[in-house]
Amino acid sequence: MSLSRSSAVPRSALVTMAASRRSVLRGLALSGLAVGGANLLAACGGDDSGPSSGSGATVKFGMNEVEGAGPAYDRLKAMADAYAKDTGTDVKINSVEHNTFQESINTYLQGSPDDVFTWFAGFRMAQFAENGLITDLSDVWPIDGMSDSFKEASTAPDGKQYFVPKDYYPWAVFYRKSVFDENGWAPPETKDDFMSLMDEMQGKGVTPFAFGDKDGWPAMGTFDILNMRLNGYDFHMSLMAGEEKWDGDEVKLVFDTWRTLLPYHQADPLGRTWQEAATAMGKGECGMYLLGTFVADAVADVADDLDFFTFPELDASIGADALDAPIDGFCVAAGGQNQEAAKAMIKWLGSAEAADIANDNADVPFIAANSGASTSTYNALQKKSAEVVGAAANIAQFMDRDTNADFANTVMIPSIQDFLKNPDDIDGVTASIQEQANSIFG
Amino acid sequence: MAHIDEAPQAATPPDRAGAPPQGREKKLATRDRLTVIAMVTVPLVLVLALVWVPALGSVVLSFGTWNGFGDLDTIEWVGFQNYKDIATIYPPFWPAIQHNLIWLGFLFFIPTVLGILLAVLLDREIRGSRFYQTAFYMPVVLSVALIGFIWQLFYSRDQGLINDVFGTQVDWYGDPDINLWAVLVATGWRHTGYIMLIYLAGLKGVDASLREAAAVDGASEVKTFFHVIFPVMRPINMIVVVIVVIESLRAFDIVWVINKGRNGLEVIGALVAQNVIGEATRYGFGSALAVIMMLISSIFITLYLRNVFREERRG
Repeated sequence: MSLSRSSAVPRSALVTMAASRRSVLRGLALSGLAVGGANLLAACGGDDSGPSSGSGATVKFGMNEVEGAGPAYDRLKAMADAYAKDTGTDVKINSVEHNTFQESINTYLQGSPDDVFTWFAGFRMAQFAENGLITDLSDVWPIDGMSDSFKEASTAPDGKQYFVPKDYYPWAVFYRKSVFDENGWAPPETKDDFMSLMDEMQGKGVTPFAFGDKDGWPAMGTFDILNMRLNGYDFHMSLMAGEEKWDGDEVKLVFDTWRTLLPYHQADPLGRTWQEAATAMGKGECGMYLLGTFVADAVADVADDLDFFTFPELDASIGADALDAPIDGFCVAAGGQNQEAAKAMIKWLGSAEAADIANDNADVPFIAANSGASTSTYNALQKKSAEVVGAAANIAQFMDRDTNADFANTVMIPSIQDFLKNPDDIDGVTASIQEQANSIFG
Repeated sequence: MAHIDEAPQAATPPDRAGAPPQGREKKLATRDRLTVIAMVTVPLVLVLALVWVPALGSVVLSFGTWNGFGDLDTIEWVGFQNYKDIATIYPPFWPAIQHNLIWLGFLFFIPTVLGILLAVLLDREIRGSRFYQTAFYMPVVLSVALIGFIWQLFYSRDQGLINDVFGTQVDWYGDPDINLWAVLVATGWRHTGYIMLIYLAGLKGVDASLREAAAVDGASEVKTFFHVIFPVMRPINMIVVVIVVIESLRAFDIVWVINKGRNGLEVIGALVAQNVIGEATRYGFGSALAVIMMLISSIFITLYLRNVFREERRG
């Protein structure tokens, strides 16, 4: 600061300002060049050489799990590695965090997607099929060991298959056997059993249901099961398809029942992740938790102590034979570079062999969709899951897989959260959902 | 920086020597003219392509509904329907506007003022000022995703530090009445360091003789700051104001990390993302939200530009 001048603004500042304007312009021009250059580079890298399938071929495999995310990643990785080793195919793994993958799926598929990618059965698969974003896989089917119900779940409304199932998991009420044994509790069969069990838990200072909805989707599972128990599977599916009224008596009954059950749930669900809720159940602070079998991932230390029952019936005329059991699996992206190799790989991914390899290489196995897969690695929980799902008369995929993604994400998540904040305003919530449904379903 | 200033002179010594100073603009050498044309057109094309075309594209899209599948001819034009729906049947919209304004007010009155105060204190070369500078600036370097996570460790209802230490059961991130404030604290933690650094850089550029003169005239430290330093810092002050406004209008990343901008943390930026970037693809609806955001921003930009131009005319 030795360059004293009488001006109010220091000279150094003036120089800096003037220079920075120029350097900004220059920077812009340079970055423009850089962008153009990157495009050129990308254009050059487009065509992969090598055979289209078998040894030496390249398949890009997009997976919705990242390293360190637990057994789910280990299983996918093991499958990809085994396939690469057996066939000599160069499998390029692109692993993306689970929720991020799901949320960027549209841009992903319309950009430059991987050849094979992990996805879900249901409306969200069908929507991509209708829009030509995923490849018709009817020539991959039938797959040995895949039952008709899985083929059905892989079929879009046009009658062709676009999906290869990998595994599935039921949503059910989980509990710790030791906690139930200690207290002499038993899984409820009827509504009366259910209510008295919850009252008894509360009497002993245990919160009956763990509950977390920070991420917005877990509470959809509660809505689904209540709707299926109170209004039946057929109504539930029509409602999801936008063919029933959200402000009708049926949906109001669901919310009203939910309201009476809320005092039996953990308070303040909107700040709690499902992992935190699962931990509360794992520690015995909560008696039960309605979630998918993936709950075991969050309480691995007591996973052997977990057991579950399907949500009890609430209306005897409707029964309890429907449940959510989302199916995960694979699709081939229509925009992928190597369709041939992708189809070869996806067919293998659906095989019993692939399922066995995945399960042999992870701490926790999945429940394979392929009936030929070995069940020797299954824990008691999974053997039971397979039985329960096999015995269910109707299987739904989960709200955000059974309905329009726009509706599920931008309307149902905030609306259910609004309901949880203010359970008494059922008319307001249902009216708002219906208004928005009109706008989206048209 | 100095060589950039001098570069054109070095390239054109013959012109300068031969031409009278006042007519220089009219007799640019071909090379200079090309340079000027390039300097004007390249940024112009970039601005048009990267700013105006997408912005106008959003405006156009906001009058239609499109799920993003298929070609542009599958867009169905619906006029002002999206805007009408946003204002009438889209519950998160009005809370979002309110939250953005709260965000602006909070950032302006607390972290900004605090940042300026810290800058002034650190400018006094107190012992360990380097250390404090680094400490306060650290949050700015961290990615917002990480900041969301760090504060999650404090705020978690069941496992968080705050509830653990105080034995409370406050649902910091989940209760819609308080989570906005909890997030603002986390944002302010970052914003303070940012403002501090900018202001500190400005203070270093203030002519020392001004302070000496003020001291000689017997002004107190506080008086010197408010009557001498602060007015001299006008360009920096303007930059700070602009940064605060921009930061609050585009508030997005931290709420997105926390709960995707739902349940008490609705902000316009997050609503746009929910409708467009996520799995949902309501491009028309999301664009309409983006246009509304753009209109609000342009109010502030207009005010700022008017101020700047008035300043330039005066100067």
